Amino acid sequence: MLEIAIGIILGCCALGAGCAMIAGIGPGIGEGNAVGAACEAIGRQPECKSSVTSTMIMGCAIAETTGIYALIIAILLLFVAPNSLVGILLSSIK
Amino acid sequence: MKEKDKRYRIKDYLYIAMMILPLLVGIVIQILTKPASEGLSISGARIFFTIPMPLMDLPITESQINTWLVMITLLGLCLFLTNGISEDRRNFRQMAAEWLVEQMDKLVGSNMEPIFAGYAPFIGAVMALSVFSSLQSLLGLYPPTSDLNVVAGWAILVFALITKNKLKAGAWGYAKGFAEPIPVMLPMNIISEVATPVSMAFRHFGNVLSGSVIAALVAWALQGASAALFGWLPGILGEIPFLQVGLPAILSAYFDVFSGCIQAFIFAMLTMLYVSGGYPGDDVVEALALKRRQRRERKAA
Repeated sequence: MLEIAIGIILGCCALGAGCAMIAGIGPGIGEGNAVGAACEAIGRQPECKSSVTSTMIMGCAIAETTGIYALIIAILLLFVAPNSLVGILLSSIK
Repeated sequence: MKEKDKRYRIKDYLYIAMMILPLLVGIVIQILTKPASEGLSISGARIFFTIPMPLMDLPITESQINTWLVMITLLGLCLFLTNGISEDRRNFRQMAAEWLVEQMDKLVGSNMEPIFAGYAPFIGAVMALSVFSSLQSLLGLYPPTSDLNVVAGWAILVFALITKNKLKAGAWGYAKGFAEPIPVMLPMNIISEVATPVSMAFRHFGNVLSGSVIAALVAWALQGASAALFGWLPGILGEIPFLQVGLPAILSAYFDVFSGCIQAFIFAMLTMLYVSGGYPGDDVVEALALKRRQRRERKAA
């Protein structure tokens, strides 16, 4: 019985980590749009390439935030949550 | 003149030692204390020892030690670059130092208002510390920036600066800033105020950590693959992970060098934007000062 419970915990943690990374779609699309627009701007006005590039990198960093949040949750689910959840389970049995 | 030259050279050697020795010490500590592990191991910073404190034990971790090593290296670099600095006789070293300072001043000048010119050393220090901390993983050391505590400390520092600049509008002006543009936005504004340092810390930490996690996964997978492909070779030849030679280096060139530098730049840019965005504007500050002066005069009269 205990093995099944621990197995469910581990499996659900891995599944949750996978589901959390679905959030990677959003930043991907957003950053793609931003870079495309920046390329267009550079093509239209090559003289302001440096300022457009730095602004684009800033914007990409901001857009990446949600993806990073998802990544941190996935890493917590993979490396931190199984230990603590199994510990809770074991302490509740005793 | 000769006496001076000798002293100059001794100082030079001292500063070069100051630059290189901390990194060597870091590698030696890493070799001495790292537990031998097979296969995949992704762990946080190791705790070397704890100092008992009144409220809570203070753990001295790998990230703290590595941060101090980086700080000593940076101090050595700065002293080396400015050694023998003079107004009339310029050498290459002095040109490099001047170029760095000029670039920093230009960056701050183009992103912040003129009254914030004094922030250039702080921004430069944060940027250099971040870049060198991230680059430490090239030497196989634990990069301090992949510890949330380190980056959260920097973000809290930036939050204190933002709040200091917002308070220039006076305590009432600062409190009123949360209820703009309409009072209904009050909870939202408080949340976004708190979210600023949190997102800054998580962004830097997540980028560096994801790089090291992916590098560890790829190295582990390549080890398995080369064991499966070349395991039949006789003797020690079969134990050498051939596939692990090239690809991890390319990955670390992206994740450590490119991502580390970009994240340092972004952290510095966001610091500049938030700090100068928190400043209420010259007219508000001047009006406040005028009001204060009038009140003081009325009291004196």
